[in-house]
Amino acid sequence: MAIETVHSITPALAVLVSMVASVLILAFGKYPNIREGWTFVAAFIKFSLVISMLPLILEGKVITYTVIEMLPNLPIAFKVDAFGILFAITSSFLWIFVSSYSIGYMRTLKEHAQTRYYFCFAIALSSAIGIAFSANLVTLFLFYELLTISTYPLVAHTETSEAISSGRKYLTYLMISGISLLFSILVVYHYTGTTEFSFSGIAGLETLPRTTLYILFITFMVGCAKAAFMPLHAWLPAAMVAPTPVSALLHAVAVVKAGVFTAIRVILYVFGIDLMEISGLWLYMAYFVSITIILASIFAMTQDNLKKRLAYSTVSQLSYVVLGAVLITQHGITGGMLHIPYHGFMKITLFMCAGALIVTAKKENISDMNGIARQMPITMLAFTVGALGMIGMPPAGGYITKWYLLLGAAELDNMILIGVLLISAVLNAAYFFPVIYVAFFKKPDKELTYKEAPLTMLVPLTLTAIISIIIGIWPDAPGMFLDIVNIAVANVTGGGI
Amino acid sequence: MTGFDLITDHLPVLTVVIPLMAGFLTPIVGWIDRKLCWYWVMLTMFAVLLMTSSNLYTVITSGTIHYHLGGWTPPIGIEYVIDLLNGFVCLIIAFIGLMVGIYSIESIKKELPNKIIPFYSIFLLLITGLMGMTITGDIFNFYVFLEISSLTAYALIAMGDRGDGVVASFNYLIMGTVAASFILLGIGYLYAVTGSLNIADMQGLLPSIYDNKVVLAALAFFMVGFSIKVGLFPLHAWLPDAYTHAPSAASALIAGLMTKVGAYAMIRFMFSVFTPEFVIDMTRMAEILTWAAALAIVVGSVLAIAQSDIKRMLAYSSISQIGYILLGVGLANVIGMQGGLLHILNHSLMKCALFLVAGAIFYRTGIRNLHQFQGLGKKMPVTTTVFLIAALSMIGVPGTVGFTSKWYLALGSINAGQWIFVIVILVSSLLNIVYFWRVFDNIWFGHPHEVEHIKRDEAPLSMLIPMVLLAVLCIFFGLFAYYPLHYVLEPLSNALLGIGVLP
Repeated sequence: MAIETVHSITPALAVLVSMVASVLILAFGKYPNIREGWTFVAAFIKFSLVISMLPLILEGKVITYTVIEMLPNLPIAFKVDAFGILFAITSSFLWIFVSSYSIGYMRTLKEHAQTRYYFCFAIALSSAIGIAFSANLVTLFLFYELLTISTYPLVAHTETSEAISSGRKYLTYLMISGISLLFSILVVYHYTGTTEFSFSGIAGLETLPRTTLYILFITFMVGCAKAAFMPLHAWLPAAMVAPTPVSALLHAVAVVKAGVFTAIRVILYVFGIDLMEISGLWLYMAYFVSITIILASIFAMTQDNLKKRLAYSTVSQLSYVVLGAVLITQHGITGGMLHIPYHGFMKITLFMCAGALIVTAKKENISDMNGIARQMPITMLAFTVGALGMIGMPPAGGYITKWYLLLGAAELDNMILIGVLLISAVLNAAYFFPVIYVAFFKKPDKELTYKEAPLTMLVPLTLTAIISIIIGIWPDAPGMFLDIVNIAVANVTGGGI
Repeated sequence: MTGFDLITDHLPVLTVVIPLMAGFLTPIVGWIDRKLCWYWVMLTMFAVLLMTSSNLYTVITSGTIHYHLGGWTPPIGIEYVIDLLNGFVCLIIAFIGLMVGIYSIESIKKELPNKIIPFYSIFLLLITGLMGMTITGDIFNFYVFLEISSLTAYALIAMGDRGDGVVASFNYLIMGTVAASFILLGIGYLYAVTGSLNIADMQGLLPSIYDNKVVLAALAFFMVGFSIKVGLFPLHAWLPDAYTHAPSAASALIAGLMTKVGAYAMIRFMFSVFTPEFVIDMTRMAEILTWAAALAIVVGSVLAIAQSDIKRMLAYSSISQIGYILLGVGLANVIGMQGGLLHILNHSLMKCALFLVAGAIFYRTGIRNLHQFQGLGKKMPVTTTVFLIAALSMIGVPGTVGFTSKWYLALGSINAGQWIFVIVILVSSLLNIVYFWRVFDNIWFGHPHEVEHIKRDEAPLSMLIPMVLLAVLCIFFGLFAYYPLHYVLEPLSNALLGIGVLP
């Protein structure tokens, strides 16, 4: 199946927009309104550029652009395919909401160093889009490292000793994983002479001895520590010390999704479905991530800090994405890929709710939230929508991805994986329902009056909650995520569009 | 025929003669007006930069330049030979020299107000020595320039911190003299067995007497001598003190260039005086070098972590980085060699930028202890940004120069089947993160309340320009490493390893 290629500079522009914005943010650091204005402008332009590529992708084409030849035979190049644009749309679309939310959050809390905050945020978004559009492993690695470095100041933002030590932890995990990723890339380049992603995997890897192949796979997966596989997950709960908008967009969407995105790129576009199947790696990986799915849910139950509970939930949900990809059946991959935007919308809603609680009610711990819904009904309703999505109950979108994952596991007749998915759903319920129960039905310690977060925060979280429902009710609307995922799946499975 | 045509033939020798003459004339210029010294140095360095660029361009387009001093034909006369290797290194010397020259005006005025004239005079003579060492095709002439560069470096270092600078300089003098003696003995041995001092001539004569123990001893002497000169662990003891206590501008110059030229000399002797077969297969000297280099990479980085003086930390980092260069050279395959040679350029840019930053911070605040850097991010935003870029390069973040050489070195190690070196290189970049991130944390994080009221107080423009330029080049060559690799380093590596012929 020949895939038509279109050359266009748009992907490079989409990456550059927020880089340019970051410079403007620095330049206008003394004028907060103009500074935040640039964030908005960049977010809108970025989203428009990304979405402008969608029609071509839906026609089954790919868009390529070579920026420069960095080293001989190692270009920095972009290639937009359906899977890439899926991640790019999710990140750039949610940036618009979080831009608004950030303003409300940072100004209400009178945070310091806001210019640095917006600057790093913009760079991080550039990196995320760069990862989405990378045509080869080296380009991906460039943005992967840039993402790590640009998010460090956001994690260490408050500059307390706790924040600094969390930042160190964050950096340690991600840098070591970055080194592992670099090692893997070197090995791939050494044996195949290329690092370019291919729909059927990079040719030449199948000739490697089995042991080398296994080691390579392991170093790749260590390199994807941004996907927070256990036991490489500890950085994510630590990163929750960051301001909530950072946790919301970066540590529920951009950074962690960059990790699973990279993992899927490696699994399906470097190794390829055939090699995964022949080598038996898919099954090992499926069991490996199953452990994370279950364990992280159990850890989540023990957390009283709402953001940390959400973080462990993220750890668990990220492994769903990878699980889907390693099932290497059509339904499994669909479920895994679709979980990237779906989990993004639902989890960002949850985090924005948690941030609203911090700003308005000054509450971080679940045990202090008795009856909080009487004070903040809209926030808690949105939270409920997100939580239902996580558990996999309609109307929020989560049930659709879980359904696909279950179908994928069922096709393989693998009772263990089916069991893992079902148990995990129960566990999800076990740690989300108590929050809802506490918020809605427990009696508050003292009388609470209605007081919601500022509109700049309330509107985005309401909108993402509504979108979470829409993608649950009309998942197959034309041009929606399911359409994009279908094309991506067809690309890697070699099926027709 | 224009006047320019008249001198084009003599450009090779002029790159050495002009700084030499200018260096001796500096006292006269300074006697007229001390302020003129700087302009005089600028003029000279700019001329040297133009000449070296022209030389490299000639080499790339029309092949190796042979220049016979005084018209005497080699092997009797002294010959200057410019091929891709020394054309490349000369350009680096001229460029870094110019950058440090621009930077020095304010820094010297503050640190050495009474020694402006001798500083610039010696500065130019140091450039002369380095240029001569690089450009000459005659090993005794090489030794003469080696001594010029060493003596001037001792003098520059002795001008530094009162007391400490002199001690550091004295240590360096002893070690440097030992090194020079080894090298001189080696040269003498080779002269005794071949009767020639011309490098090309010698390379032709030596293979027939490779089984002669004298030749082997000469090789060993050279390797030890140059190992001291480049500060290869465990012969590095002189280096940290010398780098730490020299005046800021001298530190940048010496750190950026001295060890690189030493590495150049090592490459030249290994592959142009001797032949690749001799150092790779017959004596396995290349392999020994890789292990020493790997050790240097790790130990240098670990020791750097233990330092709190920024200049001393950078000095230990240099010990580690020299290891990168020599590792690439010792791997003795084309990819590794390209990585090592590329790292000569890359490390000059990064380390020079870092020392300039350290100097600028010292200039403004008088602080060298990195634990006292709090709030510098607000006080000197441009300087600290340069530091950030250069340090990220040292770590090897993609998009900066550090990544390109790391990529080649690691790939070269895989090609050589030496997986342990791949791990060494990767672990070393983790160690680099450890010691640079402490500085980042001190500059930008940690004490939000104390830094609220800090006013912006940036280094003077004459310091900022070279620093920013170096930082920009760190990124430029990180993204466009294709050009030096394609035009210079790839053909050069092939030629050095005897796989291809120099154009």
